[in-house]
Amino acid sequence: MAETTTQASQRLILWLLLAPALIWLLGLILLPHLDLALLSLRERTGPGEYAFGLAQYRTFFSEPLYWDVFVRTATLSVIATALTLLLAFPIAWTIAKLTRGRLSALLFAVCLIPFWVSETVRTLGWMILLRETGVLPSLLVTLGVTEVPIEMLYRDATILVGLVYTSLLFMVVPLYGSLESLDDSLIEAGYDLGGNGWTVLRTVVIPHAAPGITAGCIVVFMLTLGNYLTASLLGGKNSLWFTEQIYTQFITRFNWEQGAAFGFLLLALSSVMVWIGLRLSGQRFSDVMSRT
Amino acid sequence: MTTFDLEAKGLSKHFGTHTAVDALSFGVERGSFFSILGPSGCGKTTLLRMIAGFVEPDAGDVEIGGRSMRGVPPNRRPVNMVFQQLALFPMMSVGENVAYGLARRGVRRADRERKVDEMLERVGLPGSAAKRVDQLSGGQRQRVAIARSLVLEPTLLLLDEPLGALDLKLRERMKIELKQLQAAFGTTFVYITHDQSEALVLSDRVAVMNGGRFEQVGTPQELYYSPATPFVAGFVGANNRIEGRVTSIDGDLVEVRSESGWAVHARRQGALRLGDAAAAFVRPEVAVLGRSMADLALAEPAAVHRGTVESLLFDGANSVVLLREQASRCEFRVALPQTGRYADLKVNEPVLFSFAADRAVCFATGSAHG
Repeated sequence: MAETTTQASQRLILWLLLAPALIWLLGLILLPHLDLALLSLRERTGPGEYAFGLAQYRTFFSEPLYWDVFVRTATLSVIATALTLLLAFPIAWTIAKLTRGRLSALLFAVCLIPFWVSETVRTLGWMILLRETGVLPSLLVTLGVTEVPIEMLYRDATILVGLVYTSLLFMVVPLYGSLESLDDSLIEAGYDLGGNGWTVLRTVVIPHAAPGITAGCIVVFMLTLGNYLTASLLGGKNSLWFTEQIYTQFITRFNWEQGAAFGFLLLALSSVMVWIGLRLSGQRFSDVMSRT
Repeated sequence: MTTFDLEAKGLSKHFGTHTAVDALSFGVERGSFFSILGPSGCGKTTLLRMIAGFVEPDAGDVEIGGRSMRGVPPNRRPVNMVFQQLALFPMMSVGENVAYGLARRGVRRADRERKVDEMLERVGLPGSAAKRVDQLSGGQRQRVAIARSLVLEPTLLLLDEPLGALDLKLRERMKIELKQLQAAFGTTFVYITHDQSEALVLSDRVAVMNGGRFEQVGTPQELYYSPATPFVAGFVGANNRIEGRVTSIDGDLVEVRSESGWAVHARRQGALRLGDAAAAFVRPEVAVLGRSMADLALAEPAAVHRGTVESLLFDGANSVVLLREQASRCEFRVALPQTGRYADLKVNEPVLFSFAADRAVCFATGSAHG
């Protein structure tokens, strides 16, 4: 009797502990998504009249603009993820392997400092630096590199710079974790057996860090794909980022049905890309998630 | 003429103000098993890493196979290393681990596989090429680590305390295996360890290292029976240490009297004068026990000491009895005879013991040796 009471109270405690997470998942993620799914699957047949249909999804495939923006967003996100990885790897290597104690903590802090100000302020900072009358164009004129100040905003390269800058920390952290756990003697053994820097990186370091690399890439890719602020501020009105299309449908056009359909297409896109990424790198989702 | 596979010439390494390796010069003969024995922090790891090329010496040079290694990176040295934790690549199969070095040399796949199979067979692991590293036992991993190095036919194989992580039973077996592997391959082994038993059992020659220098280099027998310094006498094998001053000298034999008044006789090592501070070392198995003078009939009456049993430390063949010398209360260990004759000794029982003066050694202590 006493035993069943303790078991019952233990189960109650378990549910209470899980409650915040469950309420969060159900109320704030699952329910709105169900609602959006239903919304995306109806079409307007007359004023105030709706019927079930796939018209919103049909629009996406029949209108080339939407498809082009979709592909462009995916491509730029992949490029941004790759650039972030290339940039973050040496940083994570330095923190994990070349520095000790206070210095590596300091380097971590340096990576973290940009996140102490809001994303809007950070992005506006980039605008001050890069706009036609901004710091960098005038500097180039002063140095005699360019005749007249050039507009650096509203270019794809600028969007990439902003995206990489925003994502860097989210790549450094999982990379650091996976490089830190790599035993130094494995690297030395690689050299001892005749490997050089490149072959040791390829055969020892990268295979060991693969779960961390994949985890970082998934996080950064998702953040980039779903980024709205950086793309629209640095890319301007014509940045043609897919989240902007969703925003336009919801806010400007009041076409919630179309916006919801786009939202689900974006969800499908990121899921498919992550699946392809896991397949290509030969990683298991559960291994990767334990590294994030 | 002896050929050296490894020669160190005035090798030094400092870390800040700490001298890890202090102007070492030595040679290791081709095909021999050479051990460097020392306590942790004596500089043996730094020395090994300088030979492997992971640490750049501050001064001096390493010659391997007669070729200077100055400026030669680790991946171009004819040296391979078996790491302390073995450092097998966990993401590769056993076969890929052994093939790793061959692949880096650009050996073709078919040749690689043939050599890997041959090598695994030679180390007693035929057909394990496809296994994962974590499917192997500790001893098998050890053999893979050695196979991975030896498949490259190095001039020199360095081993960095590879038995340290194994449990006692396995360690005893791996000692024998290592010795057999070295004999079978004929490769020169340089082995570092803090375990004197490993060094004594395995090696042709042992260097005892302390404070960045070699205290003595010699065969295990030389180190054991004629230690050159008090450090070697204390570090290699068990030893009773009796400290005092020299009270008489008779040729090679000296008498050392402890402050508490116990006088023992020992063979002197190095210069000693009357009144010098000195330490005598007596191995537990050199001393003989007796209950009456008749038991010690072979000993000179002057060399018979009296004591009481403090405790019995039973450990099979290595059993010892801990005594206290009657007058001075000095502690002294005597090995129990293998016949089991004194297995019935009782604590506090009075006993006699004796040792031959020429089998005990005596060194000057104090200013001369620090």
